[in-house]
Amino acid sequence: MLSSPYVTAQNSVSLIMLKVAFALLPAIVIYAWLYGPAIIISLCIATVTALVMEALAMTLRQRSVQTALWDGSALITAWLFALSIPSIAPWWLTVTGLFFAIIVAKHLYGGLGNNVFNPAMVGYAVLIVSFPVPMTHWAAPLSLAGEPLGWSAAAHYIFSNHLPDGWTLDAITSATPLDTLRTQLKLHHTVAKIEQLPIFGHLGGRANEMVVGAYLLGGLYLLKERIITWHIPVALLGSLALISGVFWLINPSEYASPWFHIATGGSLLGAFFIATDPVTAATTPRGKLIYAAGIGLLIYLIRMFGAYPDGVAFGVLLMNIAVPLIDAWTQPPPYGHKEVRA
Amino acid sequence: MNETSDKQKISTGQYSNAPNQSVFQGVLYTFHGGVHPEEHKKASSGRPIMPVFIPTEIIVSVQQHIGEAGRPCVAVGDHVDTGQIIAQADGYMSVAAHAPTSGTVTAIAPHPVPHPSGLPGLCIHIQPDGKNTWMARTPTDYHNTHPSTLRNLLRDMGVAGLGGAVFPTFIKLNPGKIKKVPTLLLNGGECEPWITCDDAIMREHAEGILQGAAVMRHLLQSNRVLVGIEDNKPEAIAAMSAATSQVDFPVEIVSIPTLYPSGGAKQMIKIITGKEVPSGGRSTDVGVAIFNVGTSLAVHRAINHGEPLISRVVTVTGNVGLPHNREVLIGTPINELLALAGGHPEPVTGSLMGGPMMGFELADTAAPVVKATNCILVKSGRLFPAPPPAMECIRCTRCADACPADLQPQELYWFSKSKHFDKAQQYSLFDCIECGCCSYVCPSHIPLVNYYRYAKSEISTLKSAERAANLARERFESRTARLERDQRERAERLAQKSAIKPTPDTDAAATIQAALARTQAQADEPKV
Repeated sequence: MLSSPYVTAQNSVSLIMLKVAFALLPAIVIYAWLYGPAIIISLCIATVTALVMEALAMTLRQRSVQTALWDGSALITAWLFALSIPSIAPWWLTVTGLFFAIIVAKHLYGGLGNNVFNPAMVGYAVLIVSFPVPMTHWAAPLSLAGEPLGWSAAAHYIFSNHLPDGWTLDAITSATPLDTLRTQLKLHHTVAKIEQLPIFGHLGGRANEMVVGAYLLGGLYLLKERIITWHIPVALLGSLALISGVFWLINPSEYASPWFHIATGGSLLGAFFIATDPVTAATTPRGKLIYAAGIGLLIYLIRMFGAYPDGVAFGVLLMNIAVPLIDAWTQPPPYGHKEVRA
Repeated sequence: MNETSDKQKISTGQYSNAPNQSVFQGVLYTFHGGVHPEEHKKASSGRPIMPVFIPTEIIVSVQQHIGEAGRPCVAVGDHVDTGQIIAQADGYMSVAAHAPTSGTVTAIAPHPVPHPSGLPGLCIHIQPDGKNTWMARTPTDYHNTHPSTLRNLLRDMGVAGLGGAVFPTFIKLNPGKIKKVPTLLLNGGECEPWITCDDAIMREHAEGILQGAAVMRHLLQSNRVLVGIEDNKPEAIAAMSAATSQVDFPVEIVSIPTLYPSGGAKQMIKIITGKEVPSGGRSTDVGVAIFNVGTSLAVHRAINHGEPLISRVVTVTGNVGLPHNREVLIGTPINELLALAGGHPEPVTGSLMGGPMMGFELADTAAPVVKATNCILVKSGRLFPAPPPAMECIRCTRCADACPADLQPQELYWFSKSKHFDKAQQYSLFDCIECGCCSYVCPSHIPLVNYYRYAKSEISTLKSAERAANLARERFESRTARLERDQRERAERLAQKSAIKPTPDTDAAATIQAALARTQAQADEPKV
């Protein structure tokens, strides 16, 4: 017989995950609108793959498949993963990445709740290390693309790696703003000049900054719904802004502004949706601040001085390692353990 | 001189603008966390308190308070009057139990009692004679009675905390070495869903509650009296505020925001004083004595009317046709109480004593009402659906956000589940008040409090095993030491003996020597 309490609030893991998925919807819609429907195809492949792998792993582990599929965690992993890699990534890339995300990073560590590393980011990291070339083929915004990448062309490319006759890969892809910045800086152009290039928009990348804005909107919804607390987004974006701001103030011709760093790449997706993964993030309020500030710092260091175009995945994974230590060091004093004023 | 006069000024100042001041002027603080479960209080709070009834049988448990059980002082076949002591306080931490109505003692035997364990306890069974003949009741003039006598009187009147902990009240009314406790706080929080018994007595017995506070204030030498009431009880707040004009000392009625568990003693103290009772300490460490409003009413009846604690108000609610509050004799079988609640609209899936957050399942409704019985909550499948199956913890820390003890429940769960009990203690497991907030909010529906109860009981089992082992070791070591000492002493005695013996030997040798010398001398003499 269970003891008290005999009532529970109306809440569930599934509901939380559904709200996270809901929060991603505006960004997905804008993504599809500005970059073409490839992202929808990519999200569908990822969703099916993740659910199949989740079911497979649960079957092998002799656990309830139904519970795992309905908890929604695999769905969120799939969506975050798909939004982190190029939308026109070939199908096998998605499958490979999700194998490492769901099977290796999640279930080999004991399944939901027991994984040390963020599954979606493990999938991304494996791909960027193992298949760097297709991971740079980002769809160009439709406004800049030479050819309109519609449903059939996108599906054809994703599944068979073939483009319609006469199309070139260059016509449908473009380097990301972060990539462009990196290569152009090596050619000794100033940041101000580089930002004149068509791929740049008002704050970050053209079209991309709209998607990023939608991530911010979704993130605010998660805050309002108390799915996440303010600590991680604020500390992550704050530390990223601080470190990039210092470099920018010292030499604005070689270092991009803090708002550029916040508005490009995976900064906002990472701050609101990835670093906030409860399983792999720090849990105490102070711990969350340290954890997220570390990610913000690592994102900048990897972007500016590392070998990879963006640093969100490695930033998150490196700080995942530190979580147990951070949590142990930042335990808040319980009631009656604080210093009492006489 | 100046200091003294200042102090006097302050104290007269307090009392001069004091009369009938019922509005709390201070700042309210907040405790960490808390939850808003559905209240369901309207179900039972609308009706006036129903009158007491004499059940067919009375079953008085001798263990209704925290501490040592009372010692029965009547025999089977004895006739008892209403209010007569039938079990005396045994030991320091104990209070008496009384015959709730007149009748005949039919048995002194184990009977189901309301306890989470479901184990039976020793009870005194009384067959009521229906006459309700009172023993002599004598009010006490507490102003002219020695505090120690007053406290002993409260012990013999059976007064224990009616908020749920049933701690012997007379012990809490002893300020001890500190001589005075500045703040007397009456707890009218009643934050548990469904329960409205404190609400009911505050509405109907506000003056009695404050008269009880007068006695407690006298014993504790308190200079400030506050009553904390959740703002979902406006009628109680109004009644208590009105009653402040009936007493000759200032009482501040504090309306506190409704947030479970604001009625927890530690949380209430934090809300009103901003201070935290140190871990392992007492509320008096922060200058506060806190009592449930029902306890205060019991003190008033005991001192001012000479009536021991033989009845209390119980909320009967949940899956019943007539949810209500009733004055109930201690010892009334719960099933007889339920029989007056207008039946059950839905199939019954069990009954709880207490509220849904901290109450416990009654193994047997033949168990009697005890001093701790604030509520009988009848369950149905609709009102209390079985929780969905527990899933893995996703470390979302909603529990930590809800914990009023500022703990990290997700860590405690992890350590309890993996039996890392030392770690659990390091993370302050024993500061958990088992309020249920963490389980309530858990999206994975993990019965967290169950894990903590398990860990706590395992730790205390381990500790008592450790104590037993230590005791055995100490015994063994002292026995070894004693044997060694005995052996050493024997050896020493022997050595002493052997050391003493040579002395006579030496004497003997000397005697022989002397004798020889004499012989020699004698032998030599003729030669001379």
